Amino acid sequence: MNFFWTTLHHLRKDLKLEWRSRDAVNAMLFFALLVVVIFSFAFDPTAAVSRQIAGGILWVALVFAAVTALNQAWARELHNQVLDAQRMSPSPAAALFLGKVLANFLFVTFIEIVLAPLFIIFYNLHVLGNGWLLLLVLPLGTWALVVNGTFFAALGLRTRNRELLLPLVLFPISLPALLAMVQATTAILTGEADPGLWIQMLAGYDIIFTTVGLLLFEVVLHAE
Amino acid sequence: MKKFLWLWLIATLTVLAWGFHLAIFVAPTEATMGNIQRIFYYHVPSAIMGMVFPYVNLIGSLGYLYLRRNNPLRALAMDALALAAAEVTLVFVSIGLVTGMLWAKPAWGIWWTWDERLTTYLLLWLLYVSYMLVRRFSSTGQTYTLAAVISIFAGIDVPIVYMSIRWWRTQHPSPVFFGGPDAGLDPSMVPAFVWNILGWTMWGVFILVLRYGLERRRQQVQQQIANSALDAGLEGNA
Repeated sequence: MNFFWTTLHHLRKDLKLEWRSRDAVNAMLFFALLVVVIFSFAFDPTAAVSRQIAGGILWVALVFAAVTALNQAWARELHNQVLDAQRMSPSPAAALFLGKVLANFLFVTFIEIVLAPLFIIFYNLHVLGNGWLLLLVLPLGTWALVVNGTFFAALGLRTRNRELLLPLVLFPISLPALLAMVQATTAILTGEADPGLWIQMLAGYDIIFTTVGLLLFEVVLHAE
Repeated sequence: MKKFLWLWLIATLTVLAWGFHLAIFVAPTEATMGNIQRIFYYHVPSAIMGMVFPYVNLIGSLGYLYLRRNNPLRALAMDALALAAAEVTLVFVSIGLVTGMLWAKPAWGIWWTWDERLTTYLLLWLLYVSYMLVRRFSSTGQTYTLAAVISIFAGIDVPIVYMSIRWWRTQHPSPVFFGGPDAGLDPSMVPAFVWNILGWTMWGVFILVLRYGLERRRQQVQQQIANSALDAGLEGNA
């Protein structure tokens, strides 16, 4: 129960901080929009074939946007030695991690909610498969990104080239999840294949890496 | 210890020379692929070694995390083992990838195909590059712990990668991969293969031990510097 309340506390704190500055959400939103525009130079976005690649583009935009925000996620804790205080506090370290993951998850989900209509307008999309399955794929994929991203951002916190390191570690580890997200989204958009297997795989990936992250976060937090 | 290493090196080179002799001159020319097939005697041992040494790396990393609190000196040795294994892994996986491409161009007509096994292997290579990057970028005090954590993540990731790529590729039948040598090895080719795999295993172990020794010395020098700095500080106070 204590764990639950501590997590909630961290989540509330992060939401409040973000609400006051709105740095992360604004940056992510604009960045994702830019990616969508730039990709439209590479191919004709209104052509029928664009449905085949729209899933990939959506996730590329989200992944890059999420990385820009995740890099900043822990930077807040560095001001005034807040992180050192967190390290000394007797509350479970995993709760700090989980709170941060939940906050980032909400931020990226917000981006998706704003971005989805834009995508449909700009890329002239209409879903041929089971559209409601996207409501399953998007949160699962976002969680996979955010849970690993938050973990590796904390891991790289005191390294040189912190902002460079995060994508270099996050992408290789997340490749199976990225594959599953893109395949599932494309399957839903084109309606040609069954996304079921990929959704199951994403769910499995989420469960495994959330568990590993929660177990190992304390080691990373106290790595000295 | 030094004498033993020299003996080991001589034995390794002898086995490799004998393996070379068998692979190039004794083993019969393969019926469809011709002499190109002989790269198989080098490609497969490297590929197998590239999949064995990650386990050594994982064992070293787990050992480090387990020991780091109650036996820091032993833990450092485990980390040196993990580092040596990671570097040897990278070398073998790189050789496996390059020799595979060299073989694929004449045999398939293309350098690369996004086939299940090739993709998985490339991802293994990517994971270990990012492991080495973390080691380079992190500040000295935490390198060991962070690298060990990454190694555990990679260890968990590899089976998931393997399964996901399999699902991906079984949905689209891969056009160019035929059974290959897996379909069975002619008995006349077995000696060349066995001697080469033995030789390259010995070579891998030799490099691993050398790299381990080098890393241990680096750690000892670092500790000496830290100790002498501490002593100087104490004398300054007195």
